[in-house]
Amino acid sequence: MNQELKDITGQEYKEGFVTEVEQEYVPKGLNEDIIRMISARKDEPQWLLDFRLDAFRKWQKMKAPTWGHLDLPPIDFQDIIYWAAPKRDADRPKEIDPALMETFDKLGIPLHEREVLAGVKPKESQVAVDAVFDSVSVTTTFRKSLSEKGIIFCSFSEAVREHPELVRKYLASVVPVTDNFYAALNSAVFSDGSFCYIPKGVVCPMELSSYFRINASGTGQFERTLIIADEGSRLSYMEGCTAPMRDENQLHAAVVEIIVEKDADVKYSTVQNWYPGDAQGRGGILNLVTKRGICKGSGSHLSWTQVETGSAVTWKYPSTILKGDNSSSEFYSVALTNNRQQADTGTKMIHIGRGTRSRIISKGISAGHSQNSYRGLVRVNPGAEGARNYSQCDSLLIGSKCGAHTFPVIMNSCPSATVEHEATTSKISEDQMFYCAQRGIAPEEAVSLIVNGYARDVLQRLPMEFAVEAQKLISVSLEGAIG
Amino acid sequence: MENDILLQIKDLHAGIEGKEILKGVNLTIRRGEIHAVMGPNGAGKSTLSAVLAGKPEYTVTSGSIEFAGRDLLTMTPEERSWAGIFLSFQYPVEIPGVTITNFMKTAVNARRKAAGQEELSAGDFLKLMKEKMAFVQMKSEFSKREVNVGFSGGEKKRNEIFQMAMIDPLFGILDETDSGLDVDALKIVAGGVNSLKGPRKSFMIITHYQKLLEYIVPDVVHVLKDGRIVTTGGRELADRIWQQGFEGIDE
Repeated sequence: MNQELKDITGQEYKEGFVTEVEQEYVPKGLNEDIIRMISARKDEPQWLLDFRLDAFRKWQKMKAPTWGHLDLPPIDFQDIIYWAAPKRDADRPKEIDPALMETFDKLGIPLHEREVLAGVKPKESQVAVDAVFDSVSVTTTFRKSLSEKGIIFCSFSEAVREHPELVRKYLASVVPVTDNFYAALNSAVFSDGSFCYIPKGVVCPMELSSYFRINASGTGQFERTLIIADEGSRLSYMEGCTAPMRDENQLHAAVVEIIVEKDADVKYSTVQNWYPGDAQGRGGILNLVTKRGICKGSGSHLSWTQVETGSAVTWKYPSTILKGDNSSSEFYSVALTNNRQQADTGTKMIHIGRGTRSRIISKGISAGHSQNSYRGLVRVNPGAEGARNYSQCDSLLIGSKCGAHTFPVIMNSCPSATVEHEATTSKISEDQMFYCAQRGIAPEEAVSLIVNGYARDVLQRLPMEFAVEAQKLISVSLEGAIG
Repeated sequence: MENDILLQIKDLHAGIEGKEILKGVNLTIRRGEIHAVMGPNGAGKSTLSAVLAGKPEYTVTSGSIEFAGRDLLTMTPEERSWAGIFLSFQYPVEIPGVTITNFMKTAVNARRKAAGQEELSAGDFLKLMKEKMAFVQMKSEFSKREVNVGFSGGEKKRNEIFQMAMIDPLFGILDETDSGLDVDALKIVAGGVNSLKGPRKSFMIITHYQKLLEYIVPDVVHVLKDGRIVTTGGRELADRIWQQGFEGIDE
């Protein structure tokens, strides 16, 4: 296509900076001593150390999954630093390093609660943030005003100290330690993440969010998030993430567990913007993540929305176990890969309860030399009378060197269930490009317009301010896509 | 007057996939003029409009096109658009998920940016949209629809004229905008062109039939046959074609 587009090399990843901050680490490598060290640094109770050690022993006997449509570089698990944190000022341990404040400012993540409370911004745009920097949570905003409603929103480490009974009850209740290789690894070494509990009948008055930032070189990030929505409660949760540009691959192996009780409603949105590596495929985050929710009670509802533009490799299947009768879940996904990126992502919907419903809308966009796969499982168990699923998997190809693949699996053991699957593959046509150009829209902007249009069904599910961000991110990620 | 010339095509040879379709077209359009280009199927009418707009599949093998004093053939399609060329497509293209509002906002602001102007404010843009939608008798829901998706033939053509009104070009090319339109839609299209014309602006109406020319009165009528303009005359030429067909018109 156009020469000027061919000339654009590499994409602008504006979150690729490094924060100069003094950090402390545990030694490189992984063994029981390292795990004891991590646990000790966090002042953890014995039961949690035992949980970690048990997970580590199990992990050692497990093998990394190879079924993904991915060319994953070999990971040397002894060559990773499993815990890294910015040093705290010994005299003022509660104070946040200004360099960290600045970092999150630069990323557009508001850690200044006061500014919002003073009415600088309208109240409806309030977002509570748990900001995680490498292995520790830097701060969690709006904790106090949330706690007035009985909402617990804090870092995972604090939850272990302050609400051990809740953590103990729910930890690994949705993603068992041995669920998969990376979940087991996470269970052994997880550092920090977010914890959230919404009590019975409470509607969370603002968006809650976690922002994950990898900064230190040679490290991995292993966050653990646990969300519990008690009976009749409502919550909208957002998650964002970025990392510096480096030539090395960095591992991100998170576990997210969500418990949705009777008639509760949880909306979980992710805009994944990990560093994707350069145009030649050097560096980038290996994003190997397990996210799962359970609709435990009747009439409960869990909605996943994800916009995946980052990571060198994405291996991620946010899933829902529909246990409660008449519970429902949705999975809305946009996965965009460019250059040498690889994504194998999708969902699992497990129908157990009667009258359960699920809906899957997946929009894959492949550009450059990237490989983009949708992988999904819809399973309807024998007792799930009247269950319904609708799946739609669309793939959009930009250029002729990329790949789009779909691996949908349907296992229906219930004759009264209805399962529908639709799939399309399309390309941005020369005619569309010319039509836009004729109206004065240059190729790069035209591609962004067309792709955002294609992903519209999913993007409009995102909370407002997130949707605007996501659209911009899609445009940026597509830079240099034609040529 | 020489400087009143908006478009000058000299000995244009052009084609697609190695096949020559235009075999030496000469055409001069002055500012303020409406030209009709008529001709049988396969004469090269749509090729002429595609070449003017810069459609990438078409290759110009020789000849020149000067537009508003600039060499058109060195310009990209979007540059030609910015310079003032608008093509009303014979087959408008669907862009799923992109609303008319979003599409026009992107187009209008891209043009303003190219001209070194600031983006239009949301309020001014919506006012402009409303005004131009009324112009082609589109209901307000129209702005929320996806570009050309599920549009009837008539709606697609009206959408083209709506976009032309939004952009208000120096030179509008209507590529068989009248085909498949009923009389009411034809009147809307013609009304659009008539109210957009002005002393500095010109139009090229490509058509099979003289029906549209009852509503848009051309200053000059050309007959294109086998890649050449074989006859040029006044509006009476269109009537003659209507009575005799293209057969006898050669000289």
